[in-house]
This record gives sequence, structure tokens and C-alpha cells, in this order.
Amino acid sequence: MTDRTKLPIPLPQIGAEQLTLLERLSNAVAVSGDEGEVRAIVLEQVKPLADEVTVDALGNVLVTKHATAPNALRVMLAAHMDEVGFMLTRDDENGLYQFGLVGGMDERVLVGKPILVGKSHIPGVIGAKPIHLQERGEREQTIPVEQLRIDIGPGGSGKVKVGDRATFATRFQQIGPSLVGKALDDRLGVAMLLEILRNPIPQLELLLAFTVQEEIGLRGARVAGYAFDPQIAIAVDSTPARDLPNYDGTENQSYNTRLGAGPAIYVADSGTLSDPRLIRHLAQTGDALSIPYQFRQPGGGGTDAGAIHTRRAGVPSVSISVPGRYAHTPVLFARLDDWQNSLSLLHAALQRLTPDILAQER
Amino acid sequence: MKELIRKLVEAVGPSGYEGAVRDLVRSEISDSVGELRVDAMGNLIARKGQRQNGGLRIMLSAHMDEIGVMATHIDENGFVRFTTIGGVHPRTCFGGRVQFVNGTRGLIGGERTDAPDKIHSFEQLFIDVGASSRETCPVKVGDIAAFDRPMIDLGDRLVSKAMDDRIACAVLIETLRAIKKSPHELFFVFSTQEEVGLRGATTAAYAIDPDLGISVDVTLSGDTPKGVKMEVALGKGPAIKVRDGGMLADPRVVRLMVASAEKAGLPYQLEVLEGGTTDARAIQMARAGVPSGCVSIPCRYVHSPSEMVDYRDVQQSVQLLTALLSGPIALE
Repeated sequence: MTDRTKLPIPLPQIGAEQLTLLERLSNAVAVSGDEGEVRAIVLEQVKPLADEVTVDALGNVLVTKHATAPNALRVMLAAHMDEVGFMLTRDDENGLYQFGLVGGMDERVLVGKPILVGKSHIPGVIGAKPIHLQERGEREQTIPVEQLRIDIGPGGSGKVKVGDRATFATRFQQIGPSLVGKALDDRLGVAMLLEILRNPIPQLELLLAFTVQEEIGLRGARVAGYAFDPQIAIAVDSTPARDLPNYDGTENQSYNTRLGAGPAIYVADSGTLSDPRLIRHLAQTGDALSIPYQFRQPGGGGTDAGAIHTRRAGVPSVSISVPGRYAHTPVLFARLDDWQNSLSLLHAALQRLTPDILAQER
Repeated sequence: MKELIRKLVEAVGPSGYEGAVRDLVRSEISDSVGELRVDAMGNLIARKGQRQNGGLRIMLSAHMDEIGVMATHIDENGFVRFTTIGGVHPRTCFGGRVQFVNGTRGLIGGERTDAPDKIHSFEQLFIDVGASSRETCPVKVGDIAAFDRPMIDLGDRLVSKAMDDRIACAVLIETLRAIKKSPHELFFVFSTQEEVGLRGATTAAYAIDPDLGISVDVTLSGDTPKGVKMEVALGKGPAIKVRDGGMLADPRVVRLMVASAEKAGLPYQLEVLEGGTTDARAIQMARAGVPSGCVSIPCRYVHSPSEMVDYRDVQQSVQLLTALLSGPIALE
């Protein structure tokens, strides 16, 4: 076993400063295609530290931190700035709006939720028929989104318009060892990339992509991967934990990931078969430094790696995610120690990365 | 050629883990090519010849990967739950056997179903590797396996779990050896991750940037009892693809293939496939677009553990490609 203190650079630690930044990031509103608020925070954070910063045509923030020596390994890290949410589609007057979903969301969780609408964060609710007035059969059916309305009250009319986005009004909070927020998918990843930039690895050419439009099809990462043309890519994201016990006491065999078991390393999802060399590198790093990790159950879902790894002549890629319960609902429920261990594993793996990893065949 | 086919189809190479197939192909062709390399996605790319007298830069692609399964959970009694890699159907799973890339073998069993004629869902299926506990199970989450069956040689017909697409790997190897002289710069690509979305061919086509793309793959056949309605049959020669679910073959490439077959006196069939697609789609869409087509080998029971092809179709596919690639090409 390697002693963590023997790493050339101490592993970054999450403290009050990092949690305050995560709170700002989680509370900021950045529904896919309208990521300006999070982009502003990212730009403010990266400008004093980065060697190059550009905002590309789609709105990705592309940050370069040069290596201290020439011919360094070009490593891309990607975390998406956008979150799932809503878009107003029709003005029904008197502060009532029809809306559509942006990104994958369960219609059943929408009813009766407080939300924020538009760039001015106008408060509103997604209304529901009170239980007193429902027929028995109605309670057994999901109300389709076409029948739901966003209600901001008559005073709100004029402050928002069709095409504006909306998101859940959930405020970030810490509950004991847990982190709770509306957009921790993927602000946890965004904050991790910022920590990597604050603690750069001198032998690597670090290419950090804060991407847009991940939730609607990895669109930002597609062009960011083309632009950076990296030798290795790691997507840093959040993935669902469905680790609650089965109601009937049987063994839960489809948990995807488990809270408290450390960062989730991807082997396969619907968009990527992770590069086995990088899977091994992450696992060996975790083993050598006693950083807990878990393999995400192979299956569906996807990350920015899906778009990056087939760009140009191909990019060896892997994903690492912080597990979180209740993803794509008004709350994501994650653990502080999983987040810290994800950051530690990522940083340690980067420190241990050398061009030798590409000398062997995939 | 049958011995080469046997070696190729019996190798274990599910998508993303094609190393064993790649090593086999490399050992077969390393003496007869100008340049050989493996790219970031694991594609094996062999270059043969130089362009002369108006010759083209041509990419040929046959995929090394096969469909398979990947472990998602090991239960407390050592049974392995799994997900699929590529187009696996549950009805071809129960009672089948698998071999993991790490060497472990096992069989696919299933929970008791409500009715005897009911097909298991994937959630009801599991792999039994002979372990009796999670701790002693030689498989861990993320380990990948392919279906496990020896090839059978029925004379004119050959049966294997991986005719799709090792038979085309064999065709490309034989074509590479058979071409003595060509005005073209030929890139033989043994591609990866076709079954999960043409991923290897996508990056290989970008890197090669060819003037012409040809994939070689299997296609369905309509010659079994109450089978799919399709003109293609086993034993009637290579199928020249006109369209499939993902590509309209370039008509100039179709005409070129037809003319080459007729000039060489080879039988051929025209293929119109409703679903599915091949590496040719990825080549066609690369960069600013590439004229592309596909030579298909008719195959019964595709994506089952017993895929059947006709050996004469295979040999004629080699002859067709050799004839096509040995002479000048004008796309018109």
C-alpha cells in the first residue's frame, strides 16, 4: 500500500470554502441551453487560475492549464453545467403557463412543487387539483405534463415569457453527512473540476470543459471534445443511487450505485464502453491509496464521455461519478464523504497518470 | 480458409474487449501489409499499397466485436446477474453458455416463470459459473463475456456464435492476401464496438479520411420457413447492399460492385434490409462525407448462438472484393 502522504501534491480537501461554492452552484439556475448563471460563476472562479479560458459557440467554458514541461499528456476533464428543468411553452394569461420538460424527468414528481421561473427567478408553483376535489380514479393516474400549469400569479405576468426556463426552487442544505440540492447533478462535478484547477498537476496538460446541454444529449461535450482533441478524457458526473432496501426484504440486485461506497467508476453505459486501461488505473489508484470506490452497475444512462470518446480519431475515456439518490427530482441526496473520495480518487489518479498508459493496447 | 474461419469465430471478443481477435488477425496479416497500427479505440488498421495512376484511398471495414453480456451483480449465492452488450435477445439466452474474457465459463439459467411457454426477461435470467458464494465467484461487476459454442462445419454451410462479423474478418484477411497488384492505397480496418453503435469505424474513418468506403458484414436472409420477407438467400452469392436501416448505399458504389461481379462472372444478389446497419454508415458520415457501400454475406439466425453462412458465398465475397480492388475505379 502506498502512503497518501507520499503523493507529490497533497490531495485537495473539501472544507467550508468548497461547500459555500457548492451551495452557490447548486442554487444557481442553469437549465439546458441557458447555462449563463453557472457559467458566470465558473468564469469568475477560473480566470485567476487558468492559462487560457474560452467560451465556445455553444457556451461551453474551455479552460487550459498548461503543463510545466513540453509534450505533456493532454487530459480532458468534463463536467456539465446544465440541469434538467422546464420551458414555458404557452401563456394562458393571469400568470398561468403551459410548459414542457427539458431533459429526463418523471412527470409524477412535478405536481405541487415550488419553482423559479426565468432569469429573475420569479417564484411560482406547479399546481395540482386538491385532494378534496379529486375523484377516486384520478388519484391512481399520473397527470400528464400537458394538463399541468406553472402558476406565478397575476402579478408575475410580464416578468416572464414563453421560452423562459424554470427549475425547482429547492435550496441547498447539509443534513448531517448528506448534501441536498436541486442541481447537484452535476454541480458536484463542476466544483470538482474547479478544485483540480486550484490544485493543478504540473506534468499534465489539463483541459477542463464545463459543458452545456448534457441533459438533452451530450451536445456541448461533442464540440468540446473536438476542440480539445485530448489524448485521454474523464467525465466527472453524478449517477443515481437506488440503494434502498427492497420492500419485501429480498436482496436489492439493481441499485446502480450505493451511497457511502465511494466514487462510482463506469465500465459500460448506453453511450460508452470505458477504456479498460483507465478503469484499471482508477481502481489501482483507489486500492493503492485506500480510497473507497465502487463499480457502477453496467447498464443504461450516459455521460459526456459518450460524446467525447468517438471524436476525431478516438479518445480513451472513462467516467467517474458521485452517487446520489433521487436524481432528476427536486432533490438530489448525496454524501459529503463520497464527494471528498471522488475528488481524492480523481486527483490521485491524475497525479499517477503517465504517457505509459497509452503504450499498451486497449 | 475454413481453418482460419474456425480460429476467428471461436475467439472471445465482445464489444470493447476485442484483444484476442485482434491478436489473431495481426498474426495472420502482419507479413503481407505495409503498415499496421492500433488506434485509441482498439481498431486494427492495416495499410497495403500506394496510390498510383488515379488510384483511390479506400477504407474496408469488418468488425471484430461480437454481442455479449456483462455482469451487473453477484448475489450472495454466487449467481451472476447481467446486462447485454449489443443486440442480445432473451429468447436465445436460456440454457446457453458464455465465456468471460477472464476465462471463466458458465451457463445462463433462469428463475421459474409463471407459465412454461413464457420467455424469461433479462431480469429473470442469471449466469451460473459454478460458484456457491459471492466471495468465491470468479466474476466481478463489470466483467464481460461472449456466447460460447464451437463452430460446426456442415460442408457448404458453417455455423457459429460469431459469424457476425468474424466471417467478414476472414474475408478481409483472404482478400488482403489475394490482391497482388492494385492502383489503390488500401486500408483494411478490423474495427471495434460495431455492435454498440459503429463506434470503432467512426474514429477509424475520421483518421483515414478515405475516398471510398466499403464495409463487409453479414445480412439477414429470407430463405427459412416463415422467415423475414427478403430476397436474399444463402448460396446465391455475395449480397450487394442497396440500403439498410442506417444507410442508403451510394448508387455509384452499388453499380461498381455489380459491374465487378458481372465482369468476374460471379453470382451476386441485391440487398434491401429493413433494420440494422453496418460500419459503412459511419464511414459515409465521416468528415465531409464518403461514397460508401457494403458487401454482405447472407446469414441465418443472426445474433443467435448459431449463425449460419454458406461457404461458397464467403469465397465469392473474397473474389468479388479482390476483383473490385485490383483494377482502376471510376465512380460514375
